[in-house]
Amino acid sequence: MLELQNVSFSAENVDGKKEIIKNISLKIDNGFTVITGPNGGGKSTLAKIISGILKPSSGKILLDGEDITGYSITERANKGISFAFQQPVRFKGITVNDLISLAAGKNIGITEACDYLSQVGLCARDYINREVNASLSGGELKRIEIATVLARQTKISLFDEPEAGIDLWSFNSLIQVFEKMHGTLGGSIIIISHQERILNIADRIIVVSEGNIEKTGTKQEILPALLGKADMACKKLIGG
Amino acid sequence: MNNTELELLKIIADMDGTPAGAFNIRSNGSLAERHITENVNIVTKTDKPGIDIIVKPNTKNEKIHIPVIISESGLEEIVYNDFIIGDGADVEIVAGCGIHNCGDEESRHDGIHSFFVGKNAKVRYVEKHFGNGDGNGEKNMNPTTIINIAEGGSMEMETTQIKGIDSTNRVTKAHLQKDATLIIKEKLMTHGKQKAETDFTVNLDGENSSANVISRSVAKDNSQQVFLSKINGNNICSGHTECDAIIMDNAHVSAIPEITANHIDASLIHEAAIGKIAGEQLIKLMTLGLSEKEAEEQIVNGFLK
Repeated sequence: MLELQNVSFSAENVDGKKEIIKNISLKIDNGFTVITGPNGGGKSTLAKIISGILKPSSGKILLDGEDITGYSITERANKGISFAFQQPVRFKGITVNDLISLAAGKNIGITEACDYLSQVGLCARDYINREVNASLSGGELKRIEIATVLARQTKISLFDEPEAGIDLWSFNSLIQVFEKMHGTLGGSIIIISHQERILNIADRIIVVSEGNIEKTGTKQEILPALLGKADMACKKLIGG
Repeated sequence: MNNTELELLKIIADMDGTPAGAFNIRSNGSLAERHITENVNIVTKTDKPGIDIIVKPNTKNEKIHIPVIISESGLEEIVYNDFIIGDGADVEIVAGCGIHNCGDEESRHDGIHSFFVGKNAKVRYVEKHFGNGDGNGEKNMNPTTIINIAEGGSMEMETTQIKGIDSTNRVTKAHLQKDATLIIKEKLMTHGKQKAETDFTVNLDGENSSANVISRSVAKDNSQQVFLSKINGNNICSGHTECDAIIMDNAHVSAIPEITANHIDASLIHEAAIGKIAGEQLIKLMTLGLSEKEAEEQIVNGFLK
């Protein structure tokens, strides 16, 4: 279980200090947790704090009761936290197979690497020896990014807007990927998303807005209000 | 040959035991072993140190190894090797120089390689430079490659210097005739206080000749690199030069591409980029469980692969 206790994060900018995360406390159990909320509300910052990329200004992060607040990115990765970036990183010279092997922590065979790629809807043979460089499209990179998290098989898997850049066809398989992950790993899958279909598979939804947890609950509790809001916003736009 | 020398041979020429095909091993300034084939002759020069490698026209699929190793401290040599590739031949040549210097004196190998690639002939030329040894003696290499490609001929040159050479001044000059093609791929890594200067000049003299010069390098510690690449378009031709460097620590890297068009239909492009390893690349690999140092190694190894 992942627990955040009174976590705050501020960043300096030209206008001075800005508090991006404001004293957030939450517990994340096994299963699907979807973090949603308006853009700029602090969702990605929260993910970076969990994975160790950003250090909180105050507060504690616990993984299965162990205080990991002072742990580096590497230490947290080795404790079982995986993080799929919103904007995947490109590497000149490193192949898709290299990256998946690094993620798996061992030199996995072509068959296994291909299996992860097939799960994210890529025809493995075409990709395995390709470089993870600018020759790949945003959508392809995104799927490879998800495949690296699959290959890690950790207890906490964190995805920052996995649907961005993924076309409709692979969207279905993306949902299947998450469901399969849940079945085989049994850990916590935390997804940052705006997508209704991803919200729909959530065991629990956390709404983060302006650095606070606005509300949290099951999808039955949260979803109708969220969708209603979106509906209202649409109606307003079209003047309905 | 002792184990050190055999080890060097393996690194610079991928030689494990006696290779098939023609070969010439030069060790500490003299001939160690030579083998010739029906189509490939190797002859010692009489006027100066070095050899002539003569490939008969239409020779196909032969691989030729001509490694040089130096394990004596203080040995300095200049060697002239000429490669005469007959019309229509298709061969691979693996050269390479390894210096193991445990002493305190400078060891130096200056190889001057001249290629005469015949009409419609095809050559793949692989060259690796490597130095090791714990002594204070410098390990220096200054390879010069002169390339002449006749009508319809092509050459691909892969030149790699990954480790241990203190100072290098690499000069490559090429002239291409009608429909000739040249591809040069350079990979370079410098560390410590090493200095490396690369100087390519490609003259696209013939109609529809083309050249692609690609360099990837990593400069670590206090090392210095200068990359000069000139392409002269003297006819209807196409040329591309690209230098991509990763800079680390307190290193210095200069990339100086120069393209000159002397013909209205010469199409020439140069690209050069120097930058440190992107922070997000390190972070990504660290989220996969690698330490910062391991992440850096993976990025550098991938880049130079």
